[in-house]
Amino acid sequence: MGSRASSLLREEDIEEIKKETGFSHSQITRLYSRFHSLDKGENGALSREDFQRIPELAINPLGDRIINAFFPEGEDQANFRGFMRTLAHFRPVEDNEKNKDLTSGEPLNSRTNKLLFAFRLYDLDRDDKISRDELLQVLRMMVGVNISDEQLGSIADRTIQEADTNGDMCISFSEFIKVLEKVDVEQKMSIRFLH
Amino acid sequence: MESYLFPFDSLICMLLGISFTVWFTLLLVFIIVPAIFGVSFGIRRLYMKSLIKLFEWATLRMDNGETLKRSLPPTSYLQHHHNPPVSLEQEIHEMRRGGAEPEFDMSDIFYFCRRGVESIVDDEVTKRFTAEELESWNLLTRSNYNFHHISTRLTALWGVGVLIRYGFLLPLRVTLAFTGVGLLVVLTSIVGLFPNGRMKNYLSDKVHLMCYRICVRSLTAIITYHDSENKPKNGGICVANHTSPIDVIILASDGCYAMVGQVHGGLMGVIQRAMVKACPHIWFERSEVKDRHLVAKRLSDHVADTSKLPILIFPEGTCINNTSVMMFKKGSFEIGCTVYPVAIKYDPRFGDAFWNSSTFGMVNYLLHMMSSWAIVCSVWYLPPMSRMEGEDAVQFANRVKAAIARKGGLADLLWDGGLKRGKVKEVFKEEQQKLYSKVLVGSSEDRSRS
Repeated sequence: MGSRASSLLREEDIEEIKKETGFSHSQITRLYSRFHSLDKGENGALSREDFQRIPELAINPLGDRIINAFFPEGEDQANFRGFMRTLAHFRPVEDNEKNKDLTSGEPLNSRTNKLLFAFRLYDLDRDDKISRDELLQVLRMMVGVNISDEQLGSIADRTIQEADTNGDMCISFSEFIKVLEKVDVEQKMSIRFLH
Repeated sequence: MESYLFPFDSLICMLLGISFTVWFTLLLVFIIVPAIFGVSFGIRRLYMKSLIKLFEWATLRMDNGETLKRSLPPTSYLQHHHNPPVSLEQEIHEMRRGGAEPEFDMSDIFYFCRRGVESIVDDEVTKRFTAEELESWNLLTRSNYNFHHISTRLTALWGVGVLIRYGFLLPLRVTLAFTGVGLLVVLTSIVGLFPNGRMKNYLSDKVHLMCYRICVRSLTAIITYHDSENKPKNGGICVANHTSPIDVIILASDGCYAMVGQVHGGLMGVIQRAMVKACPHIWFERSEVKDRHLVAKRLSDHVADTSKLPILIFPEGTCINNTSVMMFKKGSFEIGCTVYPVAIKYDPRFGDAFWNSSTFGMVNYLLHMMSSWAIVCSVWYLPPMSRMEGEDAVQFANRVKAAIARKGGLADLLWDGGLKRGKVKEVFKEEQQKLYSKVLVGSSEDRSRS
């Protein structure tokens, strides 16, 4: 019963994850114990069912899409590296000042990457465009049965109209960024992890 | 060769014989006789005090109180907000860009997204179904998350602890348990032969109490009862929070109750059949459990008869890890009689009483219980409550639950204990969707007015 969880996580792995994600050593071991407690099958990876067992996530209207974000294309298992990589998007941006030893290139929790994460929640087929259908799908997930098709359709049309600058009736990633330029993304898409 | 061994042989037999006799006499004098009369020598409390001193010493000596703390599992994964909880509407309005209020903003998903990931990192429910974490180690490996060699002294201490617990305490407790259960079955069957009447009830009470007290000693349970003037009376229902099957023994050793439960086979079935001979308990067949009207009727009939003992019910329906009280099922609150709430809080320093039935079976669990140091708990009898005018069963249940949580120092949760095994109901997701729709549609109503 007394689990030997953290002994399964080697120091080299922790160092690699630290470089890739920017989490501190204690944060990584802490989140590993959370990963382990969610992993009911004890096979070192999380399945979709493991996520759905969290009631607060199961009642979230976008729950399924969020769960999807943890699984790479076409795979059914999320290992700890992937788990941490996804969570890294939600690190607060201020924390970056404390860890300077990141690999070159943009940290996972930069504003752009946070926006990319949100963009991918809409863009299911990964064609880098949010079509009217994709927008409608997400809207429908968020409102359930409480709004009619026509009303929802007009909401979607209005949104695309406001955002679309190149007239292709879809929202590309740069248009997405433009639309949200005034929103405090760094704060809204950040979670205060314990140190 | 054989003649060589003979004298030793008889010597050994004699020694064994003497030690057994001494052993059983001690057992009888110090444990069984007090159990019969309901008095106590105070040995257990002395034991408990010495254990506390020992744990404190162990923690102090290890000046690496740091090392000890780091080897325990984390209690939470997120920094807790000190702001009051904000509703969905407020948060989304805050988030939107200023200026003209659009109906829908692409940034709305940030709210759901962040909430979702927060719940992946830490949620209120899944941690209620694993054992509570401790601040200082109590020398049991099962409560040490990360057992690695901290210091020789500590490991040696732990080793001695294992010897004492498995070599001395466990056999003692198992013997007592068998004695207690055996006596229960035999004596209740004997009492059952008496004709119904005051004599029979009196004897049945005495017999039940005595056997439960022996069982309490077999677990080395040190129980403190508070506010005994509020003890449940005939014609009422006693409700308590549920942490383990031992709750029954703890309550029943201080008062007489009518038990409710499903008919089991095997040893449990034997015990059940014997108990019901002495005084009326309510045992349901598996098929009857589904029929809510039948259940309600049998319960109401029982409480209506004031010569029968108060019913003992655990409305959570499943074992919770004693840090919180989860949703009470409303069935027992619909009956309309007086409810006597009882709060039970275990002290986790001595042994964790929580039964995670999805991980351990009953035998494994009892083995864990009997090889812990002790079971220390407090029982509070709360003043009786009845359903008020205009209050429905669910509100009444929540009121009782809040009172129990407050008294026992437990968190009061609205989540259903059934989430230990089952999925959450769709209706909660629909509520979230409805709230969000109001945000969308509400603003369009304002628009049409302008």
